Amino acid sequence: MKIVTQKLTTKESLYFFEIAKGLWITARHFVKNMYFHIAHLYGKYQEVPAAVTIQYPEEKIPVSKRWRGNHRINSRPDGSPRCVACMLCETVCPVQCIHIIAGEHPDPNIEKYPVSFDVDVTRCCWCGMCEEACPVDAIYMDTGKTPEPGYSREDLVYHKEQLLKETPLPNYQRSLNTPGQGPMKANPMGL
Amino acid sequence: MYLDIIITLIKIAIVFGFVLNVAAILSWAERKQSAVMQDRIGANRADVLGFRIFGLFHPIADTIKMLTKEDWVPPAGDAFVHTMAPFLALFTALVVFAVIPFGDTLHIAGRDIPLQIADLNVGILFIVAFGGLGFYSVVLAGWSSENKYSLLGSLRAAAQLISYELALGLSIVGIVMVYGSIELDDIARAQGQYILGFIPYWGIIAQPLGFLLFFTAAVAETKRVPFDLPESESEIIGYFTEYSGMKFGAFWMGEFIEVVAVAGVVTALYFGGWQIPFVNNQGIFFPGLFTIPLPHVLIVLLQVAAFGLKVLFFCWFMLLVRWTLPRFRYDQLMAFGWKFMVPLALLNILVTGLFMYVF
Ligand code: SF4
Ligand code: SF4
Repeated sequence: MKIVTQKLTTKESLYFFEIAKGLWITARHFVKNMYFHIAHLYGKYQEVPAAVTIQYPEEKIPVSKRWRGNHRINSRPDGSPRCVACMLCETVCPVQCIHIIAGEHPDPNIEKYPVSFDVDVTRCCWCGMCEEACPVDAIYMDTGKTPEPGYSREDLVYHKEQLLKETPLPNYQRSLNTPGQGPMKANPMGL
Repeated sequence: MYLDIIITLIKIAIVFGFVLNVAAILSWAERKQSAVMQDRIGANRADVLGFRIFGLFHPIADTIKMLTKEDWVPPAGDAFVHTMAPFLALFTALVVFAVIPFGDTLHIAGRDIPLQIADLNVGILFIVAFGGLGFYSVVLAGWSSENKYSLLGSLRAAAQLISYELALGLSIVGIVMVYGSIELDDIARAQGQYILGFIPYWGIIAQPLGFLLFFTAAVAETKRVPFDLPESESEIIGYFTEYSGMKFGAFWMGEFIEVVAVAGVVTALYFGGWQIPFVNNQGIFFPGLFTIPLPHVLIVLLQVAAFGLKVLFFCWFMLLVRWTLPRFRYDQLMAFGWKFMVPLALLNILVTGLFMYVF
């Protein structure tokens, strides 16, 4: 190990001037920020921020257009989930957080539908593989939300009904190459 | 006779009301001021019925938390001493204010009321002595915890306090020489003179080096950054590791009271005490030019307000220092105290003596 020691100059080793310099910087910040805090109280200079803090639950940083947030299940025009319970997402998920129970769909063309569809976000690593695996574009991660804290593990398992209700973030960009906006208009497989 | 006691009790109520309230608000101010200095917002989440008033409920919330926490005494330790140490910390910090004058003598209804709780003729010695007694809280806290690390922490703290107590005492000697008294009231009064007719003869003018030394040593006595090795409860195991609940809170409050006390002593010794420049007991005046008379009670009230403002300014300044500087390493701390502060304090006495001999 190489230890680099820095020799202080005479002025620095007196501490006094260096301390005064440091105090000047912090005092300047204090006075400037206080000035704007007080001005904000009177409704002036609202555009100049007095602090860099973002007060999280009330204010949020806008997320990127391609940011993967909470899951969402797309629905058909009649409101039923578009998912055909093919289990591809459940299979591909690296942490096994999707749990689907399949049931028979009355329409023979569709064959199957999810009786229950749970996403356990306590395990999810937000890799987005479920989204990519889905053959019918049923599961999307374009809600732009982060999981809300819950009091039990059960609170953090999202069920089908909940996932169906979520709406996409406006202007969500699905990928760099195909700048699709929001949910898909046409059904790619004619379902 | 009874009236004297009542007047003294009122003075005690005013002074201790001021000190304790400022100390409580300092715990809020410390968070808020550090936040503003670092471009943050600071604690503002405690709310009562939706009102947050800039986080001013946080000190109350803290107190409730401290009071309702379990009060744990180490089973192997000495319960009596363990309980006494935080009280000692509070007491020694508070009692310093008894000798600090906060206003000129008030003449009301034929009475002379000195605005000072106890006009001791050994004022400065009293302050230094009770500063010294403050070690005991530290040492006893560490010793009675029956924890090796606490004991080591308290030894470290005691070593620091004793080293800086020396520089503190020596730096005050300059002031005593210049004003020729160790009574704080005399010192405050003497600071109402002017040099060359218009520069107020405050301690900072008469003893600039003495002020720097005293202030540094006093910050070290309060055990705050950059001299916070004894405490720094988050990183270093210090003397109050084994304390919980309000006993820990008492150490914590004692620290803030010490800040107010140091601000008071610095004001009294080096910043004119209750003197306002160009205001004497007749009114506003400019030496040799004019005088605007003011009523006596108003002048005294202005002086008390001036004293309060100066104390608040120094509290602010000590928080500013605390949130600006990094901590000393222990060997640096000791070297700084013994090889820098003490010789400089001696030099200060020598130079002061030479000046007084020559002029
Ligand atoms: S994002 Fe990844 S980890 Fe989360 S559910 Fe989808 S596949 Fe599983
Ligand atoms: S991959 Fe798509 S269709 Fe298949 S089970 Fe998952 S969500 Fe349903």
